[in-house]
Amino acid sequence: MPAILEVHDLVKKYGDFAAVKGISFDIKEGESFSLLGPNGAGKTTTISVLSTLYAPTSGDALIGGHSVAKEPMAVRQFIGVVPQDLAIYDDLTAGENLSFWGQMYGLGGTALKTRIDEVLEQIGLADKANMRIKTYSGGMKRRVNIGVGLLHKPRLLFMDEPTVGIDPQSRRAILDSVQDLNRQGMTVLYTTHYMEEAQELSDRVGIIDHGELIALGTQAELTHQVGENDTLILRLGELENAAALAAAARSLPTVLKADVSDHAVTIIAPEAEDILAPAITKANEIGVKIRSVELQEPNLEAVFLHLTGRALRD
Amino acid sequence: MKKIFLIGWKDVTLAFRDRAALILMLAAPFALTLGLGFVTGRFSGSSNTGVSDIPVVLVNQDGGQIGNTLVNVFQSQELASLVVPTVLDNPALARQEVDADKAAAAIIIPAGFTASVISGAGTVPTQGPATTGEVVQLVLYTNPTRPTSVSVIKTILDGFVSQIEVGRVGGQVAVEQLLSHGLIQGQDAARIGGELGLRQANVAQSSKAIALKSVTGSGEAVKFDVLAYMAPGMALMFLMFTVSNGGRTLLAERSQGTLPRLLVSPTSASQVLGGKVFGIYLTGVAQVLILILASTLLFRLNWGDPLGVLVLVLAAVVGAVGWGLLITAVAKTPGLVSAVGSAVMLTFGILGGSFISLDNMPGWFRVLSKITPNAWGLDGFTTLGMGGSLANIWTPVLALLVMGAVLFTIAVLIFNRRGIMQQ
Repeated sequence: MPAILEVHDLVKKYGDFAAVKGISFDIKEGESFSLLGPNGAGKTTTISVLSTLYAPTSGDALIGGHSVAKEPMAVRQFIGVVPQDLAIYDDLTAGENLSFWGQMYGLGGTALKTRIDEVLEQIGLADKANMRIKTYSGGMKRRVNIGVGLLHKPRLLFMDEPTVGIDPQSRRAILDSVQDLNRQGMTVLYTTHYMEEAQELSDRVGIIDHGELIALGTQAELTHQVGENDTLILRLGELENAAALAAAARSLPTVLKADVSDHAVTIIAPEAEDILAPAITKANEIGVKIRSVELQEPNLEAVFLHLTGRALRD
Repeated sequence: MKKIFLIGWKDVTLAFRDRAALILMLAAPFALTLGLGFVTGRFSGSSNTGVSDIPVVLVNQDGGQIGNTLVNVFQSQELASLVVPTVLDNPALARQEVDADKAAAAIIIPAGFTASVISGAGTVPTQGPATTGEVVQLVLYTNPTRPTSVSVIKTILDGFVSQIEVGRVGGQVAVEQLLSHGLIQGQDAARIGGELGLRQANVAQSSKAIALKSVTGSGEAVKFDVLAYMAPGMALMFLMFTVSNGGRTLLAERSQGTLPRLLVSPTSASQVLGGKVFGIYLTGVAQVLILILASTLLFRLNWGDPLGVLVLVLAAVVGAVGWGLLITAVAKTPGLVSAVGSAVMLTFGILGGSFISLDNMPGWFRVLSKITPNAWGLDGFTTLGMGGSLANIWTPVLALLVMGAVLFTIAVLIFNRRGIMQQ
């Protein structure tokens, strides 16, 4: 498959602050790709530059062969954007919103009407098309927000954390719709700080932190970086002596790594079950109160921890 | 162009679906006009014009019948409450009175004016400083800081001149008829035509058609309606709310994410800005036209020449939109635009004469008022309400258009500097 998106040494600075520091990657046509990273990692800035909202400070990206820096109007014909925050008009109905945005993408007449009907079916709001957006629930608004991005059948869809702040049911519906779109052949670039979403949706994942792409590959390739190791997370009631517990954990046999992050001590070992009891014993000796224990198989969270020493939600 | 229209129409739709905005756009100016109408006794029939005691200086160097008649018109009982005429001998002194802001206008009737009209040398002179050939022209020297009063004087003068013209043409026609039927000799034609014309003109004077008259030309004398000043005053004041609120939506769209979304669609930044400005403009025009229509139907208010009213509305909204955009460009948040917009609305309302006629204000205040679209708009609406036509309001129309263009340019420069519309 040819690459529909090629990113070359992309840099975006705001004054002296570099939000994106020379990232490079590509996405093949029909692929589902996730940019995974904590808040403030540079995901939204990357999407903003790729969608031509901001000009890159240096570097470039080609979308469908067109430069985002030099041919923004040509790029916009290729892409659809679902922004992180709702970007629809509350005092218009869903149908009016879709009609307005469709016309902004050059649709009109019967083609627009047909497409509006299709999208309303797709987002499950065909029977509520004439209701104003302000009467919708948060989840319904999110679906319209996504629908706007799909109207013109873009070849590459950017979805910037579309599930932030919504109920589990709506989140499930959105994830299902992303998978459906990808199955229908649409290329998707999805940003998230939820490891589970990246795991579920993506063929390949790019992990971004502090504006740098620190890992890139399929999930299997990425988890292979941390080997077959398990992760044991001891959540603490208070942070006092947490560093001492991490240090004590590192002295245990087979423990590869132990760090303090987000009110927890995270321990990586080949068999986490084997170190659970000694770790709790150490905690009791030091006087650290453990609130809960979590044991994880190798996953993207572990990869992020392995690469940065921090949890994704930090 | 289509996208500009679509964005603009979307904004009009949103504006008219916003109940809070509707209250300030339509209900508030309507209610205030109604209230002021009651306060001034308009509905009880005891109101005056709101424009009264206009000082005017007359210099009659003619001494002929027409010149004397014009002086008599201004000294007549019908105009006693409206104008305060002073008769002087010296034109230079009369101009000084105007320059010193002691009079709204000076009317100088040059020597030979009556003879010039009777001789039929061209059209009846109206105004202007020059004397060319045999035509002796009336001179109207005006005080630019009292546009409303000047409009009244002009209207009276126009009425007088049109009656003289009617008489002169009538005399000419009669003489031609008499000549063609051999009832008079050629050498008597000038004398008889002059006498007939004067007689006809005097008949018109005695019928009091020269009093502030109905613009419908029905011949019925109609006093200037106090609401014809207040209704446009309120409409123009709340127009400032509409344009600043429209500007606010530009910044609101930016923070709500719809502006960035527009900017990543195949729509250029200039199309988006054009659409937003078009939307503000359409909303403003719709607001003022609705208020005009409502006051016409409910208060039986006569706004004057419909074409003039339409052109003035279109120009007034251009001027107001300029201010709305400048406020938006300077303020950094939607909330700040609302706050500054409200303050400007009230300040311009007072400064522009929406509450108190500018003719009752000191000279410096009237000069300062020229920065507001309210003052220019009221100038035009008053002229139209007094019976003027489109031809009489070009000055305020042009002033409003220039104001809008200049402010728009400044606003766009600030927008660019702040990067509001840039990708």
